[in-house]
Amino acid sequence: MSDVAPPPEPKPASDPDALPSMAARLDLYQRAGGVITPVLTALFAFFVGGLVVLFTTGKNPIDTYKAIFNGTGLNWFFPWVHGQERFTAALNLQQTLIITTTLVLVGLAVAFAFRCGLFNIGGQGQYIAGMIAASQVGVAMPDLPHVPHIILAAGAGALAGALWAGIAGILKATVGAHEVISTIMLNWTALWIGSYLVGFAGPLQDPAQESVPVTEQISEGAKLNVFWGDPILQGLHIGFFVAIGCLILFWIVLNRTTLGFEVRAVGFNPEAARYSGISVGRNYFLAMAISGAFAGLAGGVDLLGWLFRVDLTSVQVSSQVAFIGIAVALLGRNTAVGIFFSALLFGALLNGTSTRNLDPTIFAPELASNLTLIIQGLVVLFVGADLLILYLWRARLKLRRKRPEAVKGL
Amino acid sequence: MRVESILQRAAHPRIEPGLALGIASILLGLIAFWVALPPLTTRTAAAPIAIGLAGLGAGLWSWRHGYTRLGWSGVCIAIIGLLGGLLATNAAVGNLEVVITWSALFAATLRFATPLTFAAIGGLFSERSGVVNIGLEGMMLMGAFFGVYGADKTGSWVLGMLIGMLAGAALALVHAAFSIHLRSDQIVSGTAINFLALGITGYVYIDTYGNEGTPGDLPQVPDVHLDWLGSIPPEGLGSFLERTFGQLNLLVWLALATVVLAWIIVFKTAVGLRIRAVGEHPRAADTVGISVYATRYAAVVVSGALAAMGGVYLSLGFVHSFTENMTAGRGFIALAALIFGKWHPFGALGAALLFGFASAVAPRLENVEGWATYGTLFQALPYVLTLIAVAGVIGRSIPPAAIGRPYEKQ
Repeated sequence: MSDVAPPPEPKPASDPDALPSMAARLDLYQRAGGVITPVLTALFAFFVGGLVVLFTTGKNPIDTYKAIFNGTGLNWFFPWVHGQERFTAALNLQQTLIITTTLVLVGLAVAFAFRCGLFNIGGQGQYIAGMIAASQVGVAMPDLPHVPHIILAAGAGALAGALWAGIAGILKATVGAHEVISTIMLNWTALWIGSYLVGFAGPLQDPAQESVPVTEQISEGAKLNVFWGDPILQGLHIGFFVAIGCLILFWIVLNRTTLGFEVRAVGFNPEAARYSGISVGRNYFLAMAISGAFAGLAGGVDLLGWLFRVDLTSVQVSSQVAFIGIAVALLGRNTAVGIFFSALLFGALLNGTSTRNLDPTIFAPELASNLTLIIQGLVVLFVGADLLILYLWRARLKLRRKRPEAVKGL
Repeated sequence: MRVESILQRAAHPRIEPGLALGIASILLGLIAFWVALPPLTTRTAAAPIAIGLAGLGAGLWSWRHGYTRLGWSGVCIAIIGLLGGLLATNAAVGNLEVVITWSALFAATLRFATPLTFAAIGGLFSERSGVVNIGLEGMMLMGAFFGVYGADKTGSWVLGMLIGMLAGAALALVHAAFSIHLRSDQIVSGTAINFLALGITGYVYIDTYGNEGTPGDLPQVPDVHLDWLGSIPPEGLGSFLERTFGQLNLLVWLALATVVLAWIIVFKTAVGLRIRAVGEHPRAADTVGISVYATRYAAVVVSGALAAMGGVYLSLGFVHSFTENMTAGRGFIALAALIFGKWHPFGALGAALLFGFASAVAPRLENVEGWATYGTLFQALPYVLTLIAVAGVIGRSIPPAAIGRPYEKQ
């Protein structure tokens, strides 16, 4: 905003009315605390969760958290765990890592859009699109060799997600429709169309079993290999490496390519990017499509790895997965390493509080799964609070430098 | 000369032909559909085609004569009416009669629209004051649970409703504090609110009611019986009115009253002017002495209480029990209704009625042999329409200017 006449009072250098872009905020977070703030946030959320346990049930929060921890299977990493306990831990850890795989991918979807200043809240729709597309490719070509089949099926999932998110991207780029609204609408459209497709008498429902709302099971050749554990007991599939690969890809694209540079430039300041010749609309579309590809791939990998067919329930519960993706991206500060660890944290929490893994004599799993939601809510709430973090950070600087005016102009 | 022309115009009021034809095109589109439905059930395809084409022509003429938006709406409605009419003439009369019982359909529309209306009006207050409220979903859920909880503990639905509203307002206060004082990103904060509400209601629900569910003898919000409607002449109209409006829940009427009240408050009072000023140009409002923070806090808290009313209606007025996550995304639909209705109370009501109508028709389609799957698909329609509206095809939705921006005092 340029002033023609000089104002009577000195104005601050930056216009306080200007809307700080999502990525500019992100930069702020990273300056204010790096890895310390998310860790503290998570610890604080767990502390509050512990208080909730203590005051509502009177149970020892430490015992509760320990039981949840054992349910996650992370105790497998402890060398002193042996025998049957180690066997159970391995089974649990496989489940945790299966969930982590999904959460890494949906987290990447949210994070990539964030880096371009967009909020992709439509992971659900993109996940459903990916799941259904992958299942169709998985069913359609039973004679295809194994490797091309899984690549084709997973690729179809990613493509479907990209196309679905691309709608929101195009709307943002051309008519400026806010991506939060359009992706929410796309979520619901995908939910109902998906329910129609796989539901009773729907076009994709398995004709062999008319009483169950599921698609046909994908052919054996399209299933992802299990590399750890028993395939019958839902061992860990190679989708885990796909997720790791995507994390690396995410880092390379953002930090080492022109596309990534442009996406980040638009995220920091669309006007400045436009002024320096970057097509803002094109980057909005590309960022949305790539973001959707990650979410679609999450659906595809889930389907090829352990679901094997789309049923009505998996269409309907997809919203949970996608929303946790937001928490994963925020806690992970939209960085590759951060996303891995926060996906592991939330994956472990989800698995550790599931009815199957948490010992009900110590803490009721139904309560614990809601506790997980409270912890997620607190994490998102506090990770998103710029000023709170800044206040704390300023206080820290004050303590260190003994100079109150150390940080200015933020 | 001028006086003469004014007098002449007063003596012979001229209606702009473009305007008249635009309205006519909308009506003709509706009639094209209506003639094919019960009670008329015209069986020849010629009737809807002729009426629909007339509507199309009228819409185009209106568009050519300067009424762009009205004209295009007319064209769209005429085409939809024509196609709908054609479809209906091909359907069996018996099937149509299963789906279309106008009085039952209208009553169901009102019932489904009520929770959306409350939440959308809540969102209106918040968003008009410049605070995005994606947490409507969570606030509704708080109302739904704590309404039941309060009614169960106090034995009175009035107190239950108040406790529900308080719970929604309390959660809204958290959203307000984070998005106003701590300047969090409002969408992130809203997302956190939704997680928190899901966790808190689920936790207290399981902790209090366990696996038995909420008690069956909950106090209920009473229905309003308007038997005298049946005695309105002519006979058919009276019984139609009685069947439509004679037995609606008190909260349905309260929702309609809330819409009118919201319109008066927002557009006809000084308080409303303040809310809108703060949402359009907070600095200007601050300059003339309006407290931006206080106005925004009040608006967000009111929005929480209203959204919670929608939840109370769901649990205490509609299904008479609580189940986990029972709002199932209705808060997001309310948000869509608000945007589709262009941040105006009557627009929001209209959009809520449209969404309600889709929800009312869908289960009826499912009762017809062979149409069941289309019921599911039909539910996607309102979201596609909202997406089109957001894209600016049927008149652009323009949000309040300062929406989503934290305000910093100087």
